[in-house]
Amino acid sequence: MAKRTPLYDMHVKYGGQIVDFAGYDLPVQYEGLGVLKEHTAVRTNAGLFDVSHMGELVISGDGAEAALNNLLTNDIRGMYDGQVRYSVLPNEKGGAVDDVLVYRINGNTFLLVVNASNAEKDARWISGRLPSDVTFSNISDAVSQIALQGPKAELILRKLVKEEYVPKKYYSFVKNAAINGMRCLISRTGYTGESGFEIYCGNMDACAIYETVMQAGKEDGLLPAGLGARDTLRFEAAMPLYGHELGEDIPIDEVGLGFAIKMGKENFVGKDALLRHEPQYERVGAKLVDRGIAREHCPVYLGDEQVGVVTSGTHSPTLGYPIAMLRIRKGLTGQLTVDVRGKRLRLEIVPLPFYKKA
Amino acid sequence: MSKLMFTRTHEWVKIDGSTATIGLSDHAQHELGDLVFINLPAEGDAITAGESFCDVESVKAVSDVMAPVSGKVVKVNEELESAPESINNDPMGSWICEVEVSSVPDDLMDEAQYAEFIK
Repeated sequence: MAKRTPLYDMHVKYGGQIVDFAGYDLPVQYEGLGVLKEHTAVRTNAGLFDVSHMGELVISGDGAEAALNNLLTNDIRGMYDGQVRYSVLPNEKGGAVDDVLVYRINGNTFLLVVNASNAEKDARWISGRLPSDVTFSNISDAVSQIALQGPKAELILRKLVKEEYVPKKYYSFVKNAAINGMRCLISRTGYTGESGFEIYCGNMDACAIYETVMQAGKEDGLLPAGLGARDTLRFEAAMPLYGHELGEDIPIDEVGLGFAIKMGKENFVGKDALLRHEPQYERVGAKLVDRGIAREHCPVYLGDEQVGVVTSGTHSPTLGYPIAMLRIRKGLTGQLTVDVRGKRLRLEIVPLPFYKKA
Repeated sequence: MSKLMFTRTHEWVKIDGSTATIGLSDHAQHELGDLVFINLPAEGDAITAGESFCDVESVKAVSDVMAPVSGKVVKVNEELESAPESINNDPMGSWICEVEVSSVPDDLMDEAQYAEFIK
């Protein structure tokens, strides 16, 4: 039996078509809307997502920063209070346990936002590797998260909160914000390639905040958006998705995340393995030259030799044609093809991201 | 007088003498979501009742379209190739192909039976 998020009643109200995702009943799309309309709303106006399934872990104590820094590929030293940073949570062999957002609440307290499907695994992984003077708590079940994304997200948020509650910089947050007197944390982050915000609140306020934002955004074209649009949006923006571009057995130096892997740090879990590792594969973007859609796991060929696989693939609603992210051997030249149910379709390598906001 | 029938796999078929026109039911298009691609059969293809002869893709997934009858494809609605969303907008009007029928299985449902089936 899948868990329901505190926003379940909102999904029913707005006609969400519910599926089981990472153990949660969540809307894949909404009745009368659908992935394409919801996707377009986020690119042109705004969309509202329930992302309460995401996990939230709090690490605190005098040694929290040092202990956490040893578990992450990015360097979290020198962040300011109210800053967010993306990092991989690496395993010993240089793969990924997960990818996470690190929120610095203060110098001794950090909030980690992790993937729903990995939350329990991450909690065990991290809590088992912290010294005794560092406190760990998994607050996932007490926290709801709502993502307001799109070019009109800021306009909508500004109708609801005081000026000082609007985080100014990308990847920053305001901790003690309030919407209609309901306490929340608001960060300028997202997983869509658009500007936007993620609002964290207590479960008891989730429906009221959701409804307040929805009503405020109505006149601006705000629509509820489901998991389907969330995936096509992140994919066009070439943001990696754990289980597709990232995994325990995919070396993280083959994923194009160099900006978040600080090999200059004295040490971190998996650093030795990465130092010894010569990347063999790379993550690239491609569009299909022939008609068809390449899906995850479709094999990629150079001539008759398989040189990789598709890690994510779909029709791009914004571009209007099918695109794919590939994990292929480095430095290939020549015509690549992909096997789509027995047919070889030609690929053209294109730069990532597929879509970048103006 | 043509006869409208449905399959358990949610295709519709209009049988008129020895000719059948095939499409996807409203229930099917609703379950599939926004269609963005269709892999049409070709004129002259032999199709077999209960076997895949075409596939459609929504943003999320690919689905086979099963032949409601056996026969030979004589006409294809090429317009769907550039506008697969027509199936979402007008499933009963968006025919996929016309077939010269060689045999009709006996488990097709009429409109009332199908309406009951998808309840």
